[in-house]
Amino acid sequence: MSFATAMEVNVEARRILAVSISKLYASRSQRGGLRLHRSLLLSMVMRSARDIYHSSRESELASGEQPAAEEPMDTNCDPKEKARLAPEPADSSADMAPEVPDKDESDCDVAEDKENHSPTKQSRKRRGKASAAPDFLPSKRARLEPGEERYAAPPGSCRAGLGDSLSALSLNQVIPAF
Amino acid sequence: MMAGPGGGSSDVQWCFSQVKGAMDDDVAEADIISTVEFNQSGELLATGDKGGRVVIFQQEPESKSQPLRRGEYNVYSTFQSHEPEFDYLKSLEIEEKINKIRWLPQKNAAHFLLSTNDKTIKLWKISERDKRPEGYNLKEEDGRYKDPSTVTTLRVPVLMPMDLMVEASPRRVFANAHTYHINSISINSDCETYLSADDLRINLWHQEITDRSFNIVDIKPANMEDLTEVITAAEFHPNQCNTFVYSSSKGTIRLCDMRASALCDKHTKMFEEPEDPNNRSFFSEIISSISDVKFSNNGRYMMTRDYLSIKIWDLCMETRPVETYQVHEYLRSKLCSLYENDCIFDKFECCWNGNDSVVMTGSYNNFFRMFDRGYQQDVTYEASRENSRPRSILKPRKISTGGKRKKDEISVDSLDFSKKIIHTAWHPLDNIIAVATTNNLYIFQDKLN
Repeated sequence: MSFATAMEVNVEARRILAVSISKLYASRSQRGGLRLHRSLLLSMVMRSARDIYHSSRESELASGEQPAAEEPMDTNCDPKEKARLAPEPADSSADMAPEVPDKDESDCDVAEDKENHSPTKQSRKRRGKASAAPDFLPSKRARLEPGEERYAAPPGSCRAGLGDSLSALSLNQVIPAF
Repeated sequence: MMAGPGGGSSDVQWCFSQVKGAMDDDVAEADIISTVEFNQSGELLATGDKGGRVVIFQQEPESKSQPLRRGEYNVYSTFQSHEPEFDYLKSLEIEEKINKIRWLPQKNAAHFLLSTNDKTIKLWKISERDKRPEGYNLKEEDGRYKDPSTVTTLRVPVLMPMDLMVEASPRRVFANAHTYHINSISINSDCETYLSADDLRINLWHQEITDRSFNIVDIKPANMEDLTEVITAAEFHPNQCNTFVYSSSKGTIRLCDMRASALCDKHTKMFEEPEDPNNRSFFSEIISSISDVKFSNNGRYMMTRDYLSIKIWDLCMETRPVETYQVHEYLRSKLCSLYENDCIFDKFECCWNGNDSVVMTGSYNNFFRMFDRGYQQDVTYEASRENSRPRSILKPRKISTGGKRKKDEISVDSLDFSKKIIHTAWHPLDNIIAVATTNNLYIFQDKLN
């Protein structure tokens, strides 16, 4: 994939992710409750967008471009996660992109489990930029309909992987949804 | 330009007959039509709306003075079927929107139908009253009790004719059996049972018994994280009372035999067409989700509707459909925009004509499409006020997909995606169709010569 195309795909994937997330939020306040079918389709699109985003970043990196500098995770990280994240800058840039998605998956599962058992541990939240704008996702765990838990996962797994610009991009869409 | 398919011959001409509903541009949300269904004789046509109301139209008998014109459909009964409810445990509002109406086969003078919203199914009895008793001994005509000391004679009350009154009364309420949102109900040919399907489960009910139902399909995974597909529609076979099908969001249809086991999680047949790798796109999964499944009247075929196409399956062949019809292939390159404006989630329905020779489904811009299976012809019509002069013949519409737009063609970019035809119904015996736009019901019939 040429760099130009990878960039386009990258931008498109992020846009679709942002649109999907705002749709997911909008559906929470819909009359009749969360629709399982719609939520499932949204999460499938989000997963595809995330996969495409990551694979296009890989080809960006492969063609020698530096990825946008990742903000350090918020200071409330678990020490365990800090230790995992710390070695990252030391790694070669080529290793970073493939590593991140794997981490995302395990982090996401672990993070979600954590969320299930102790709602206070919001380790993935970007508190650093919170003063400027609302959190990317609400800290209060929403009411659940059976099946809703499932769909907390994709946003969680997206958060770590995306650059800042996505959170800035999507906030404009997320805010009206509230 | 073909005259239009229908009834197995290619010379059917469709004409506007009637339009029901308010004609102003401001559509009240409660008036949005959410389901349309003819009864088995075609004499009655029921619609349900987002406000929880059911309106039933009855066809007038053909008049002797105009023998070649079919009777018009006029309002027969209107009633509030479902009200909004609140689930206190989950803090969720339950919408009153009527998702489906299904008529029971008629057994006596009264008519029965099942109507359902997201959570509750109701059996309604619609009956006529054209006589009332008069001449009570103890009551006045207005219902007040007489002073007994003024009663000096006895008489037998007699039945006197009165203006026809059509009453709708709820006879059964089938509640609390669905955790997820009900998408289908289907009446069994055994005339005793029916099924209801939500996103993850299908329940079997007896028409008389409301306090219990049998779960016959359950696709809920042990861990909801593993959820990959949901049930999108279900239907009983028209004459095999042990057979039903359900479609999924992954584009598969499973046929189940209730004789095989009590819980039909293991399908008897699975119908699935391998994906065309050339058509693989970002939104492939969404557009393969089946929005409707309908058996043919003869029970040998079934039809499925996904976002861009209609597929006809022979029940004996699971590997691929026997016929595929593109409804609006020109939308394939616009899936991203359709995702953004939510249209990609629209759940179009489809229907067969009485002898299974033609199938019909809706599209955008108030277009609807008919596919003649025998003559391999297809046609696009539009339900619009402009074509609403009595008995005006519908002109086939064409969408221009290439660069050059011919006269009378509509370009894809000028299609109005807010005007969609989701619900359509075909009279079981005759060439009469009911097509619902957002809040209007159009009735078309073929021109009788």
